[in-house]
Amino acid sequence: MSKVLMKGNEAIGEAAIRAGCLNYFAYPITPQSEVAEYLSRRLPEMGGVFLQGESEVAVSYMIFGAAAAGERVFTTSSSPGISLMSEGISYMVGAQCPAVFVNIMRGGPGLGGILPSQADYLQATKGIGHGDCRLLVLAPASVQEAVEMVMTAFPLAEKYRNPVMILGDGLIGQMMEPVEFPDHLKTAPSNKDGWAVNGMETRKSDRRNLIRSLYLDPEKLNDNNLILKAKYDRMKKEEVRFEAYNTDGDYGVLIVSYGTMSRVCRTAIDQLKERGIEVGMIRPQTVFPFPETAVEKAARKKSCRVVASIEMSMGQMVEDVERAVKGKRPVKWYGKCGGDVPTPEEVMTFVTSLAA
Amino acid sequence: MGKTFHKPLALSDQVTHYCPGCTHGVIHRLVAEVIDELGIERRTVGIAPVGCAVLMYNYFTFDFLEAAHGRAPAQATGMKRVRPDLVVFTYQGDGDLASIGMGEIIHAANRGEKITVIFVNNAVYGMTGGQMAPTTMPNQRTTTSPFGRRVQEVGMPIKMAELLAALQTPAYIARQTVIKPKFVNKAKKSIKKAFEYQLAGQCFSFVEVVSTCPTNWGLTPVEAVRWAEETMLPYYQLGELKTPE
Repeated sequence: MSKVLMKGNEAIGEAAIRAGCLNYFAYPITPQSEVAEYLSRRLPEMGGVFLQGESEVAVSYMIFGAAAAGERVFTTSSSPGISLMSEGISYMVGAQCPAVFVNIMRGGPGLGGILPSQADYLQATKGIGHGDCRLLVLAPASVQEAVEMVMTAFPLAEKYRNPVMILGDGLIGQMMEPVEFPDHLKTAPSNKDGWAVNGMETRKSDRRNLIRSLYLDPEKLNDNNLILKAKYDRMKKEEVRFEAYNTDGDYGVLIVSYGTMSRVCRTAIDQLKERGIEVGMIRPQTVFPFPETAVEKAARKKSCRVVASIEMSMGQMVEDVERAVKGKRPVKWYGKCGGDVPTPEEVMTFVTSLAA
Repeated sequence: MGKTFHKPLALSDQVTHYCPGCTHGVIHRLVAEVIDELGIERRTVGIAPVGCAVLMYNYFTFDFLEAAHGRAPAQATGMKRVRPDLVVFTYQGDGDLASIGMGEIIHAANRGEKITVIFVNNAVYGMTGGQMAPTTMPNQRTTTSPFGRRVQEVGMPIKMAELLAALQTPAYIARQTVIKPKFVNKAKKSIKKAFEYQLAGQCFSFVEVVSTCPTNWGLTPVEAVRWAEETMLPYYQLGELKTPE
């Protein structure tokens, strides 16, 4: 398979096609409009469906309708747009419909900024929608990883009959990096006749399907929520993904960082190593489920004296880090949230201040 | 003696929860009869609203998707675009379609989505207990307009059929009513035409059905019919406002 140089947003669009998803509904918003621009040309070429909806609210429901009809479908947006999709996502979780949502994070809150941030962590992992609503959330740190995660997101969504989110940021969306589209991640859509409203004729069945999230009977609603909880518990057991960096030997500081920020931390770790300062890092690749065990284990290394959550927000993942560390080590936070990506030098300054 | 009249096959045996004098029962029946006559039950998907008809899926025998309040036209758009062979219809009340769902209905109609929309207009929010709707008549008392709809404060009622008919995209836009037997056949004809346009893949189709809500109007069913005839029909005029030809 050959490598191509691609802009993150376009690679994400292409990855969905390679994953067998030929349906995309979206609304323009900086910094991810290039996905729609790319797919507006590419999907008709592939005989797929492209539609620019009138708002992110409408788009989230177009996604719901298409998913309910049993087809693979996805959308991309950015922070304020994801807020608008919150209700629709909650409906899809309650109704158990699979789809992929990509958030190319930008500065917030409110209109915020158009530069990268990681300030939707809590929204993605804890508050994506009302009710007991969780998404499996994958966090890429490169365009290549974004491609791979998009391609695995579709079978994961179908495995759980639940939306899956790719949590990227404006840098991943905008930068160009070499990409190889992996053949081995191509998967055929699962059979959805058990639940999809794709027409009795399609299923050759006399039994109709009903997709809903309303259960007026409190016992039935509790039953539905138990089903959802079982999914989240299964995700926690089976879907944790993380990368450990420089954790084999001893280190005084453990960094926990994801996405674009983790790449800066990696550079900082390499440069500190040259100065004789050892820093380890756990990079969550799933932020839900959070790699609690990996973080706890890495934090409890004898040499490790402090844990640092480094993120482009005012401190969101830090709460999950604190919970994973269970008070065994102090947990500190460093970040910026205006759209500037912290430099390796800034990270090094912060880390050395901790080690002191 | 053979059967001359029977319950449509597309209706289930479930007893409905609607109030005495509610027109949902009649409209549901007309939709079911049309689906029977066109033989499309096995490839139809209904999209249920949030409103009194929130449980309408219990009364029909084919695939149904529950919609969020106002979002049915967007859900229908997603479904129809990825599965154009399915017959997709929404069934929505005034709050659902003309208030929170105003954006979705206008854009679905404007894009010419090949879906069918049945709009039940009873000038009030039924399910939530009788609040004012965008279609509430001037001076009509509701639980959130206890002194009557004050037009100087909140404007005139919205004529959805005219609003959608003003869009430039070809469509079938009709307004009918089922409040009296003499109107019911015309209503069924429009509903059937609406589905036929969808089957031909021709255009967006929309049938507004002027309806009664005795419970929330605080009237008996008979008084409600009279009030609808005297107050609503002169304003919400019946007929085919637009055809795609």
